[in-house]
Amino acid sequence: MAEFFTKVLDIAQRYWPLFWAGAKVTLLISLTGTVIGLVIGLLVGSVRAVKVEPRDSLGVRIGKHLVHALTSIYIEVFRGTPMIVQSVFLYYLLKPVFKWNPVTAGIFIVSVNTGAYMAEIIRAGIQSVDPGQTEAARSIGMTSMQTMLLVVLPQAVKNSFPAIGNEFVVNIKDTSVLSAISVTDLYFQSIGVAGSIFAYTQTMAITASIYLVLTFTTTRILGLIEKQMGRPKSSFPASQTVPGNPTF
Amino acid sequence: MENIIEIRGLKKHFGQLEVLNDIRFSVAPGEVICLIGASGSGKSTLLRCVNLLETPDAGEILVHGQNILQGRMDVNRYRTKVGMVFQSFNLFGNMDVLRNCMVGQTHVLKRSKEEARQKALFFLEKVGMRDFLGASPAQLSGGQKQRVAIARALCMDPEVLLFDEPTSALDPEMVGGVLEVMKGLAREGLTMIVVTHEMGFARDVSTRVVFMDKGVIAEEGTPQDIFQNPQNPRTREFLSRYIQA
Repeated sequence: MAEFFTKVLDIAQRYWPLFWAGAKVTLLISLTGTVIGLVIGLLVGSVRAVKVEPRDSLGVRIGKHLVHALTSIYIEVFRGTPMIVQSVFLYYLLKPVFKWNPVTAGIFIVSVNTGAYMAEIIRAGIQSVDPGQTEAARSIGMTSMQTMLLVVLPQAVKNSFPAIGNEFVVNIKDTSVLSAISVTDLYFQSIGVAGSIFAYTQTMAITASIYLVLTFTTTRILGLIEKQMGRPKSSFPASQTVPGNPTF
Repeated sequence: MENIIEIRGLKKHFGQLEVLNDIRFSVAPGEVICLIGASGSGKSTLLRCVNLLETPDAGEILVHGQNILQGRMDVNRYRTKVGMVFQSFNLFGNMDVLRNCMVGQTHVLKRSKEEARQKALFFLEKVGMRDFLGASPAQLSGGQKQRVAIARALCMDPEVLLFDEPTSALDPEMVGGVLEVMKGLAREGLTMIVVTHEMGFARDVSTRVVFMDKGVIAEEGTPQDIFQNPQNPRTREFLSRYIQA
């Protein structure tokens, strides 16, 4: 047992620059991918929340159905196939076009993959906002776009913040599949170290610890942000919530 | 005086259910019209058709003589002229009291922030909510929310204000405050259409009472006509329940 830990410490000491470099790539890809994925999710999720209305003309109606069908295909395909398959497929498919390196391709794949999940998270968030507020916004003359941007989306994002944050945590772990296209992330570096010294168990103990530190810290930070968002912006004295008399 | 709104031959059905059948109805400036009737009689649907939250199946809605159901009418422009107060308040949950009253002014009417703020303060003062500018809707009682919702609607300077059962979701002790605000508005000459079960309000404040039954206007007249001398047997039957209570 003591021998095991000595070996682990030895590997950590000798190879930490490689682990560190890998962790940075993992964080870069998962953070960028989550943020871009959120943007994609906001766009696709809002578009999917638009309903066909009886006042719509035939053209608008067809357009809405078409957009709905296309976004459905996007979501089903990316949620229904493994990211490791998506990454190999898209990396080689688009390599002649973009001439990209694995990290850029990795960010692209994680973004598009996360976008599919985010779209459903945002759509659910939009549905969680009381439709009465939409009616109220329309009743004071807001367009459906203004209603979405000013009233519905801010609350949808707030309501689904835990699920959005969870996507980031999932991405920290799941970017490890990008080693299939030689992205030099934490897992790729680790497996390199492990193979060169033939110490898989000890090396992966280090790798697992680093992943755990990353996800644990992220979860805590997200929890703090969530707590902060739950608070009302102004400190409003409770005594004033007693119903005041109208001053007529 | 010329009618602000004139409704002719209005029809609406949800699936098989005829909710409104051939409604003829008009609103003149300064009128306070109370729509009364049993649940499901079509009162709320009629009100919601007036600002096009429901699209009628047939008929005409003339606003200053122009049919808003025809052609490419700017619905959003029209809606700023017709305010609406909902049973469930529907304040914007992501905004404080002041912003609830400003957002429509700045983004729809394109007023400056300062102008919008002044107007919001004026109407919040009027409904007795001036001390709550920074409060979020979640911190308010039902009656307070409804008063803010009334101020929000008034900030748009509507020609007509629609109330859809504004006190039905309130605790009994909150109802009085909201009704006081509405009485004040009626005294100032605001044109109002009120769907309500508050027969006291209908009797004392309205200039005209409209009794609806099964999707048609069964009887309408002054509060005296309707409450003291109802002609239609359905009106009598409906009102008898309130008089006994």
